[in-house]
Amino acid sequence: MHIEKLTILGGVGKSGQPEPVAEISLKMGDVISVVGSTGSGKTTLVDDIALFADRNTPTQRQVLINGVPAPEEFTNDPSKNPVAFITQHTNFLSDLPVNEFLKIHAGIRRRDNISSVIEETIDFSNKLTGEPIDPENAMTELSGGQTRALLIADAVIIGNSPVILLDEIENAGIHRTKALELLRGYEKIFIFVTHDPRIALLSDFRVVMQNGAMVKIIEAHDGEAKVAEEIKKLDDMILHCRKLIRSGERLDEDIFKELR
Amino acid sequence: MKAVICAGPPTTGKTTVLKQVVKKVIREGFHPVYLKVDVQYAVEDELFKKEFGIPVKKVYSGELCPDHCNVMVLGDAVEWARKEKADFLFVETAGLCLRCSPYIEGSLGIVVLEATSGMNLPRKIGPMLTLADIAVVTKIDLISQAEREVFRARVIDAAAGVSICETNALYGIGIDSLVKKILASPEIASSLVLRGNPPVGTCTVCVGKKEVGWQRHFGVVRPLENDIFYRGE
Repeated sequence: MHIEKLTILGGVGKSGQPEPVAEISLKMGDVISVVGSTGSGKTTLVDDIALFADRNTPTQRQVLINGVPAPEEFTNDPSKNPVAFITQHTNFLSDLPVNEFLKIHAGIRRRDNISSVIEETIDFSNKLTGEPIDPENAMTELSGGQTRALLIADAVIIGNSPVILLDEIENAGIHRTKALELLRGYEKIFIFVTHDPRIALLSDFRVVMQNGAMVKIIEAHDGEAKVAEEIKKLDDMILHCRKLIRSGERLDEDIFKELR
Repeated sequence: MKAVICAGPPTTGKTTVLKQVVKKVIREGFHPVYLKVDVQYAVEDELFKKEFGIPVKKVYSGELCPDHCNVMVLGDAVEWARKEKADFLFVETAGLCLRCSPYIEGSLGIVVLEATSGMNLPRKIGPMLTLADIAVVTKIDLISQAEREVFRARVIDAAAGVSICETNALYGIGIDSLVKKILASPEIASSLVLRGNPPVGTCTVCVGKKEVGWQRHFGVVRPLENDIFYRGE
């Protein structure tokens, strides 16, 4: 099924009052963030999307695909489900070697040129992590960051899912801006649940959650783009320090001056 | 009255799935009863009684295999459920040895499998899966999308006709489509017959002979490097 549009129709917040944001409409290529403090309902919102809520979840939201409720096959057959959801708990359990596992998945998806698809997938995930994945390694031997990167790469390339939900990927130690940059190259809808200012500011718009309700939509605008630039510098500095610490270096005077 | 027989390996989430289902069935205005068949310990009947206030029963199979026990008691259970004026009899059973299946003709057979049990599980469990009407796959939030797809493809490989419901039963996710199928299931038949053939496996181990090695047994036996054969008169 060709997906052009995903619509979220507001329901009620934790107080039982209608949500201030009555409708969010997303089209292919949109990258958005969901922000808000812990317990504000961010994960519940993406759960509703993953479930294709049809006024049948506690929030009473409705999710429409191309303007109509999702067909049942979406929820019963994961290979027809257009939504890939990578949660903080999602993991690989298989102990097969990475390339063999990807081959099985690509086979089920009936992808052509399986070996080049696998190569592309591993390349993609290697761009997101510090240490490259050895295709002969067992899936269960991958580090936390490698696992997260491979989950994303597999959903984007082999799964070819049109809608990808990513719940707090900043915790995984993968290269976030690189991820955003790479993901923008694929015509998909990306929804990031995030506490990370950089991810939030690099999105097309962000949905603000409060007390279980969507309370505000904030579009990216020029004023913020300037702030984003500054945050980028700070963030890059922190990443640079992290890299130095990781590789066994000391942080010296020069870094101190730069920080000032 | 309709009968729903739910099997599955231990700890896959049978009880959690049934609790979500029973909650919704009651909300639809129906009157369910619940029977738990287990080997030696079960508290699920008390959970259902406490949470929903519905009539419950439990039976320990003890020396009998739980699937055989199920065959023995199900006639009585249907009568009990009728006396309670139930619309639905839910039976939860352990199904341990993977040779039998507890499903009966004219009722709904549900197998509950956990996505976390590995991609090869659908190939291992035989009639418990192949003779079921619905396979409920639980704990889908814990594994990768890719493994969910492989798991599903292998369920279909093993049991072409089975319909699959993926759930995260803890949060009631994916339960609605299962409830829809349960509500649409047929009324229970007047004579109850097992759906599958129980295995021909009578041997002297079954009657309590403890010596190890096929040479010390009679009936249907098998050596390591050969197929089964009959030894005896």
